[in-house]
Amino acid sequence: MTGFGGFLARRAIGTLLTLFALSVIVYVVFYATPGDVAQITCGPRCSPAQVHQVAAQLRLDDPLYVRYGHFLQGLLAGQDYSTGTSVEHCPAPCLGLSYQSDQQVTRLILAKLPVSLSLVFGAMVLWLVLGVGTGVLSAWRRGRLSERVLTALTLAGTATPVFVIGLILLIVVCGELRLLPFPQYVNLTDDPEQWAWNLLLPWVSLALIEAAAFARLTRSSMLETLAEDHIRTFRAYGVGERSVIGRHALRGAFAPVIALNANNFGSAVGGAVLTETLFGLPGVGQELVHAVNVVDLPVVVGMVLVIGFFVVLANAVADVLYAVADRRVVLS
Amino acid sequence: MSPIEIPAEGQVENPVGGSAESPAESPAESPVGSLVEVDGLTVGFGPLRAVDGLSFRLRRGAALALVGESGSGKSTVAAALLGLHRGTGAAVGGSVRVAGTDVQQASDDELRRLRGGKAAMVFQDPLSSLDPYYAIGDQIAEVHRVHARASRRAARARAVEVLERVGIADAARRSRSRPHEFSGGMRQRALIAMALACAPDLLIADEPTTALDVTVQAQILDLLHSLREETGMGLLLVTHDVGVAAESVDDVLVMRHGRAVEHGPVADVLGTPSQAYTRELLAAVPRVEARRVVAHAADRGRASNRPDHPSDRGREGVPSDHAPNGGREGVPSDHASDGGREGAFGASGEVVLEAAGLRREFGRGKRAVTAVDDVSLTLRRGETLGIVGESGSGKTTLGRMLVGLLAPTAGEIRYAGRPHTGVDPAVQMVFQDPVSSLNPRRSVGESVADPLRARGEKDEQYVQGRVRELLERVGLEGAHYNRYPHEFSGGQRQRVGIARALAADPRVIVCDEPVSALDVTTQAQVVALLGELQRELGLALVFVAHDLAVVRQVSDRVAVMRRGRIVEAGPADEVYGSPRDPYTRQLLAAVPALDPEAAARRRAARREPVHM
Repeated sequence: MTGFGGFLARRAIGTLLTLFALSVIVYVVFYATPGDVAQITCGPRCSPAQVHQVAAQLRLDDPLYVRYGHFLQGLLAGQDYSTGTSVEHCPAPCLGLSYQSDQQVTRLILAKLPVSLSLVFGAMVLWLVLGVGTGVLSAWRRGRLSERVLTALTLAGTATPVFVIGLILLIVVCGELRLLPFPQYVNLTDDPEQWAWNLLLPWVSLALIEAAAFARLTRSSMLETLAEDHIRTFRAYGVGERSVIGRHALRGAFAPVIALNANNFGSAVGGAVLTETLFGLPGVGQELVHAVNVVDLPVVVGMVLVIGFFVVLANAVADVLYAVADRRVVLS
Repeated sequence: MSPIEIPAEGQVENPVGGSAESPAESPAESPVGSLVEVDGLTVGFGPLRAVDGLSFRLRRGAALALVGESGSGKSTVAAALLGLHRGTGAAVGGSVRVAGTDVQQASDDELRRLRGGKAAMVFQDPLSSLDPYYAIGDQIAEVHRVHARASRRAARARAVEVLERVGIADAARRSRSRPHEFSGGMRQRALIAMALACAPDLLIADEPTTALDVTVQAQILDLLHSLREETGMGLLLVTHDVGVAAESVDDVLVMRHGRAVEHGPVADVLGTPSQAYTRELLAAVPRVEARRVVAHAADRGRASNRPDHPSDRGREGVPSDHAPNGGREGVPSDHASDGGREGAFGASGEVVLEAAGLRREFGRGKRAVTAVDDVSLTLRRGETLGIVGESGSGKTTLGRMLVGLLAPTAGEIRYAGRPHTGVDPAVQMVFQDPVSSLNPRRSVGESVADPLRARGEKDEQYVQGRVRELLERVGLEGAHYNRYPHEFSGGQRQRVGIARALAADPRVIVCDEPVSALDVTTQAQVVALLGELQRELGLALVFVAHDLAVVRQVSDRVAVMRRGRIVEAGPADEVYGSPRDPYTRQLLAAVPALDPEAAARRRAARREPVHM
């Protein structure tokens, strides 16, 4: 396989294999850990007979690989579950039923996912604009006062926890100045304008923290590129500084920024717990924390897989973007 | 450029009224005839004076070479001509005028107009000097648009035009390629095209061919020559290679420690140098025409195993009737046959290393590349086998297989009659880059001790004593044991590399481009050291290099490689004196001649089409 099509195909196969490996590892890690799942699920006052019944219902007595096979089958083809009283169909991709609520995990996640994606997508746009912009500026203004101010701000951004910024924003914007009401999640499909207004503060808080990392990365890779020979060429040919920075140096900084963005986007989908909690957003992160607390393993496994899916997907997209930006990648 | 033509012949009237707003517009500001005027130029980097009071002139349309070894300040001068030191913290003194622009006084805008518009620069490494992310045609068009009020489309057309001019076939299509899709020679052509795009008065070429193979170098030098004839632009060539200068310029300025050593017409400076340093430099340049000269054991000390002077007339000729300098310091081996070797070990000595049908592939399936293909050779005790070839010819792969660092895909290597697989202390290697082949975090003593410790030497006192002995043997001091690589010069580091190879008491040393990173004078010393060690220890050497002259200087027998195969092999004098293979002939024809007249003749000869 050669050329760009071949590259895409190889990348897609790699992504699928990664996802498969991820599902095996996540499943084994959570289900092979010691602890009597049946007892926990049934509750402390269950009799041994009841616990045994629960274990049978959850197929906990089957060997792990059989259970994984079952899980994979549900994921790819759907599954019918008996809840004791009725049989429920769980369509693919079925991640199983919650131990706690008997709800389908897939539905549970699908209910939470739009919230998290709304938060992270919006924040990502902000952090890229802010972070890359600051990085370019401070590379351009290197050694001057403006660069030092920017560097100080960036450092402060890296060092401040998200809940501090979030709290300050809440107190000042919503409490003191009353510019915005305290945020409350509104579905994008219900009311786009309210959706955006209510997400504004979470976006800003999450983006400010992330932007700091992007500013530092952009600055350092731009400075690295600026020291390269081809930059010298364009300077020696009288090309203006604006074009040298904006066209040639920035292009060189793209690759690491794309890579970092892939990771941060992916992990923020499930990892923005603090932001979600602070602003009362019923997202994936909050739900995951809850599920871990009550040892609701199907939910935990499902959530971790979905988060992993986004990390892997974001990285695959990053690889393709990277290859579009620099065709030499396709060759190697 | 100026409307008034005064044939000033290099003599320059001092410009008056230097406060004019835009010097380029004022005829008084640009004395006709002088394209470059440098007066008392000084460039300091902190406490270091890279350039120290340098003055020179370059007439319109003329060509001047700045020649010097590394650290002589020649590239710093080139950068100063374009004002590239501005904003870097370098302290620049004196005055520089290029095409009527006072570089020191010019505003940023004036400087930008000078750069590329009036004086364009071609850099050493054509790969890193182009932006990897943009198409070559776009990069040239971008530069063109800075200086000419041209539309995008017109600039793109101009880019194709200049690419065509520098000999890029199918220029319209190839202008959409990115630099990594071009070969080294094509990249350098593209850089030259970029320079041409704005029709400058002056071309500054900073080591334009150093990164290129010798045949490609000849093509690039020929291209520069014909462009100069065609456009009448001036050329300032910065080079460490005297031969390249002899091929390309009218005048030469020899630099050392930031100062001018000697300045004059190329034939005078290279033919009858008046300064000791120039003579030294020229003497150190290996000549492809000169036979290997083997010093008598008694000659060691004062001897150098090279002819000492360039002024002999016959040097460009076929060396068959060549008698260098009356053999004052050395005796040329009289016959092309092996019998003429000096020293205790004739080339008829026992065979130490043998290779039969060596083949090495990289990659698998359709993408497999055969780096070495069916190579057989023998190496006898006390002899030097030179392996010469251009980049990609497989010579380094072959060297690595001989040492056992790479396993052959097919074929066999026998050492002293036994099959030889994996590394063996008896076969050692000296690497090309003395910087990266030594661990920067360990003292050189520790590095040299490695082979001793590797064979299980536990006696610390013995190890240290032996290492000190080895360091002294290669011309360093025993007390250097605890120093680190960065404290040494390039030549000294290569000596450390040789000491490390010797530590294992080898019978064979494979030297992979051991001197290509060194200045010519250092190069000559390291080559002399290798020869000395060989005589004393009866070592067999495999000398892998791209430099035809160096290989001839050191080798008894030579193998010429191309595309993984040996195209010609035999006694050095036969291969160089009467090459049989067309590729060998082509290689030899491409080596720059030190005599400008000979260079011109060769250039004419090269114009006859050579298939590539």
